[in-house]
Amino acid sequence: MQIMQQIFFVIAFAVAVYLFSKKAMQIRRNILLGRDVSLNDHPNERWKNLLLLAFGQKKMFRNPLVGVLHFIVYAGFIIINIEVLEIVLDGILGHHRLFAPLLGSLYGWLIGIFEILAVGVTIGCAIFLARRNIVKIKRFASKDLNGWPRSDANYILITEIVLMLLFLTMNAAYLVLQARGEAHYTPVDNFWVSGYLTPLFDGMSSSSLMAIERTAWWLHILGIFAFLNYLPYSKHLHILLAFPNAYYARLEPKGKMDNMPDIQREVLYAMQPELAAEAPQSDVMPKFGAKDIDDLSWKNLLDAYACTECGRCSAACPATQTGKLLSPRTIMMKTRDRAEAVGKELNKKVDFKEDGKTLLYDYITEEELRACTTCNACVQECPVSISPLDIILQLRRHLIMEASSAPAEWTNMFSNIENNMAPWKMSPDDRDKWATELNG
Amino acid sequence: MQVKSMAEFVASGDTPDILFWVGCAGSFDQRAQKITKAFATILDKVGLKFAILGKEEGCTGDPARRAGNEFLFQMMAYNNIQILNAYNVQKIVTTCPHCFNTLKNEYPELGGTYEVIHHTQLLQQLIDQGKIKMKEGGTFKGKKITYHDSCYLGRANEVYEAPRQVLEILDAELVEMKRCRSKGLCCGAGGAQMFKEEEKGTTRINTERGKEAVETGAEVVAMNCPFCMTMLTDGVKENGAEDHVKVLDIAEIIANSMQ
Repeated sequence: MQIMQQIFFVIAFAVAVYLFSKKAMQIRRNILLGRDVSLNDHPNERWKNLLLLAFGQKKMFRNPLVGVLHFIVYAGFIIINIEVLEIVLDGILGHHRLFAPLLGSLYGWLIGIFEILAVGVTIGCAIFLARRNIVKIKRFASKDLNGWPRSDANYILITEIVLMLLFLTMNAAYLVLQARGEAHYTPVDNFWVSGYLTPLFDGMSSSSLMAIERTAWWLHILGIFAFLNYLPYSKHLHILLAFPNAYYARLEPKGKMDNMPDIQREVLYAMQPELAAEAPQSDVMPKFGAKDIDDLSWKNLLDAYACTECGRCSAACPATQTGKLLSPRTIMMKTRDRAEAVGKELNKKVDFKEDGKTLLYDYITEEELRACTTCNACVQECPVSISPLDIILQLRRHLIMEASSAPAEWTNMFSNIENNMAPWKMSPDDRDKWATELNG
Repeated sequence: MQVKSMAEFVASGDTPDILFWVGCAGSFDQRAQKITKAFATILDKVGLKFAILGKEEGCTGDPARRAGNEFLFQMMAYNNIQILNAYNVQKIVTTCPHCFNTLKNEYPELGGTYEVIHHTQLLQQLIDQGKIKMKEGGTFKGKKITYHDSCYLGRANEVYEAPRQVLEILDAELVEMKRCRSKGLCCGAGGAQMFKEEEKGTTRINTERGKEAVETGAEVVAMNCPFCMTMLTDGVKENGAEDHVKVLDIAEIIANSMQ
């Protein structure tokens, strides 16, 4: 019987790891559909960002209360997963609490800390659920999240609570069994939290307790395997991708737009034709701006997968706040949706272009793009270093330079700049008129 | 006073300490011209040798680039950099945060590298050096002033303190809006929005920001950007407060109260 459990465990573990790796590789492939950009400069600054923004969650503390709660849930979840190592080894070896005899009294301390964190995670997640479903914080009540995204968030929080409760139940049942001197239950010190839960289980027979302990154990670990495989389909993927995203975050001032060297060269040759003669010839028609995900950079696509749809960007966006169609959060969500749709096509066949859709137009509309004031509030607020603005600006470049689509006022502005060197229809001769008036 | 162009400096065999990049709004917009004049007056009073490019100055290309027209941006940048480099310009001050951002952050990789500062930063330096001194019992003493962070000076370049430190010299009561510094709300003009109608929404961005400014109870809204100036002047008006709330650039405020 024991060996059957061990075999079942090994199979479950292998399947979970296999499925997760497979999906992770697909996501990696999807992200790498993006344009190549080199983001390996200034490694020191990048490591610093990784530590401060991802590990330290610096930006989460812009709202200190939420920052602390989120940190507890995050730290708890990561640290408690150390316990998973023991569970996995127990599962494979058919053992109970493999580490207990090895670590001695330290074991009780460790589990005690894990249990306190488990309580912290439970409370944190309960408060987060309340903020979403009872208090209905504006950015969570937003129509951006209608449908699956709203359920996704709730599923994650509920699952985390359930996993924590299973962990505590398992420990409490274990303590009672051990106190009764049942075989196989390695003696451990009283645990800090589940030690207080034992009265709940005292009245039960040892066989029921064993069933409860084993069920909680199995559900806990199978729950973790399932959660691992839920991640790649969920906004919760940010718990992994926030780290590379912080490392590859933009290091330049937020106001600086990316240069387009192709156009810089073309303008140079137009102005200094003598240089054009020596220029290397290329048959490849350069593309200006972005229409679909493969025109965006891989960092833009990593951004999309790292987004946890918290909506801090949209809560700060002047366009969203004044009821415009634009919401930077949905820019990220739609980019990921498009990358996923393309990925699905790629799973079936090699050429994904056959679905006839593009990120611009089919997912993100002109009206949304036109409403952006490039104020950088979304970039400033994002806790995981996402830039919705970078995507917006690349799509805008496509609209103007490839699709020749501009509001009439912008067309006028362009021709004024071209002809009068100012965005208004003013004579360049009057540019210093104010000075003549002052010189009097 | 005499405002001299770069060409005039060269003709007289002289070099200015700094180039004043006026920008299109500062040159042509009637309201912004007052800011330009106020700032030029301050520079003249403190005895800083400054030049303008005059008719040789052109749009930096900021609105074209942000609208998506990279060709036009690159053309403007090329021309401006040719002129700036021909005059061997080293240091630039500008009253427009959009010009500031483009000159400082976007021209270097196109071959135009200069030391670029925003006028509020220069004003702060001049105050620290004791070159700007306030009149006794100045106009703004004891008055409530609120400061609007422009996006291109604030978030884009993280200059939050210099303008506030300049305002501190007034002995005024500085009050902050609910959304300030890195959380400051945009006026609605950036990203070439200045040059087109807003998209359909429930309210206008400048109305929203104007409301926030008026709600502080300040008598003066201090600005650092000619586009924000246009937007918030309207925004304050739309909130029915134009009679008791003045929207002024920091340069105007200082010019008004210095000795």
